[in-house]
Amino acid sequence: MKDLQTEPTLSIRNLTVDIPTRHGILRPVDQVSYDIQPGEILGVVGESGAGKSMAGNAVIGLLNRPAHIAGGEIWLGGTRIDALKGDAMRRLRGKKIGMVFQDPLTSLNPLLQIGDQLVETMTAHLDISMSEARKRAIQALEEVGIPAAAARIDSYPHEFSGGMRQRVVIALALCAEPSLVIADEPTTALDVSVQAQIIALLKRLCRERGTAVMLITHDMGVIAETADRVAVMYAGRLAEIGPVRDVLTAPHHPYTRGLMGATPLASQGKARLHQIPGAMPRLDALPDGCAFHPRCDCVQGKCRQNPAPDLAADAGRSACWYPVGALV
Amino acid sequence: MALVEISNLTRVFDVSKPWLNRVLERLPKSLLTAVSDVSLQIEDRSIYALVGESGSGKSTIGKIVVGLTAPSSGSVTIGGVDLARESDRGAVEQTRSDIQMIFQDPYASLNPRWRVRDIIVEPVAAKGGKTDGLAERLLEQVGLVARDAGKFPHEFSGGQRQRICVARALASEPRLIVCDEPTSALDVSVQAQVLNLMSDLKDTFGLTYLFISHDLTVVQHMADRIGVLYLGRLVEEAAPAELFADPKHPYTQMLLAAAPKMDGFGREVDPPKGEIPDPINPPSGCAFHPRCPLATDVCKSERPAMLDLREARVACHHAM
Repeated sequence: MKDLQTEPTLSIRNLTVDIPTRHGILRPVDQVSYDIQPGEILGVVGESGAGKSMAGNAVIGLLNRPAHIAGGEIWLGGTRIDALKGDAMRRLRGKKIGMVFQDPLTSLNPLLQIGDQLVETMTAHLDISMSEARKRAIQALEEVGIPAAAARIDSYPHEFSGGMRQRVVIALALCAEPSLVIADEPTTALDVSVQAQIIALLKRLCRERGTAVMLITHDMGVIAETADRVAVMYAGRLAEIGPVRDVLTAPHHPYTRGLMGATPLASQGKARLHQIPGAMPRLDALPDGCAFHPRCDCVQGKCRQNPAPDLAADAGRSACWYPVGALV
Repeated sequence: MALVEISNLTRVFDVSKPWLNRVLERLPKSLLTAVSDVSLQIEDRSIYALVGESGSGKSTIGKIVVGLTAPSSGSVTIGGVDLARESDRGAVEQTRSDIQMIFQDPYASLNPRWRVRDIIVEPVAAKGGKTDGLAERLLEQVGLVARDAGKFPHEFSGGQRQRICVARALASEPRLIVCDEPTSALDVSVQAQVLNLMSDLKDTFGLTYLFISHDLTVVQHMADRIGVLYLGRLVEEAAPAELFADPKHPYTQMLLAAAPKMDGFGREVDPPKGEIPDPINPPSGCAFHPRCPLATDVCKSERPAMLDLREARVACHHAM
């Protein structure tokens, strides 16, 4: 038995997701390994098609068929959950893992009052009565900063603004006190000022409760301010992982460096942005060797033939044969 | 010289329920003021950026400038011609082909049944111009290959489609291009490609851009002058260096503080209070007063005028 102090909340080992199609098997997530400690916020960044949401959906058992977990293990607080069947997974989902999606309007039931949705979630997962659940629902709404919670608990989702809806979704995700929250682009649909409110809320609640957070986003600024560690994904594989300050200020993987260069920065002024030539390869046409090599500006012979080195969960920072700044 | 001159522009939309419902339920007409008394000038060969959150009226201004929506009052003149009032047919036609637009979603703004060649030359072909080899030449100018002219939009990635949109906008040799969130749907690395392309083309063709965006970092990178909108009103206007170093309007200050910073590791933001009010019943006086830390009685009763303050223009009673 490992020490409880160091037991990660979530531990993913060599996770691989396959989608069988008529034209062969696509692999949107390929040999991904990472841990999230209790109370830690892990940022998962990458561009569209990098597999960041797929990995999140695999953890919570929401892969749409025919996508399925083809290999690897997912451990949640000492329990293996990747092979759980429907009912067992459903009990876990919501109770142990909370989920916040991008669009709050589609993750709330438009026909149910928000109070009913909160009460339903709580009575399903916690052993409490309806009236107790309602009391707690009001508390939960107050905690996420909804004014006059007792009066607004009987409102329908359409009566709230976008930011308020996302607060309700966060209340829903946290009401059964899960140990892990997966937030998939939680602020992408929101305005800058509302985004700041939601991020501050998510940070505060998770710190208070020691909840681990997987924050999936494409916004490097949000990651910089929110995450403790960051995992950069490219074409289904983990390109780089490490403490957020190290990865963003001194990236090892050429892709991370390219991403940072492509983001307009205050200090840069009007200088041209660094371009990564080309676009992310399609899953059915992944190049041989390292998937990034056709776009990489420090590609060498080895990169064209050998797949990028595996990135073990506890060793190394970048999956690159010739990491930037490291000794060659 | 200013290419575009917008003066006291106002646009009101009627968002009332249907007539019968209004009569039966005894509801008043409800009017939404999307743009309220906005005046600004866009210099020739410059990039003017409009920033603001959703509902601030930035897209409506863009639509009025290209002539997709008529102003309720006030005027927009482009190169001295007011499209809504000009009676000389020739001048109107000429001005119209001087303006082009690039939209946010490159998936929705290209006809899926048309070949790229036809899409690109349409602005010229529609006016009966010569189009031989035009599409091929433009494709190469935006970083695609001439061969692509025979393909359909679905054969391209998002970034490539946005390049096609840029090529189409260039076809009629415009002077002004209105870009409504041109890179919001694109990934960071592709966004960098498109932004660089737009800067290059501006220098090559001597273009003027009205650049509409909600992304402050993109705006800071691209713009020569930035206008900040709140609830349909222009609250501050300045050059990027000035605006970001010394924001004068409390709303601009709030917006800049709330924007995530790339070097803000572990930064604890004091998040802004409240939300954008309902534009159908905007607050009296200064529209920002319910959320403003500096608000006093005068802010509730009197709408602040746009005043020159050092290098900027600010609409605030308390700006210093």
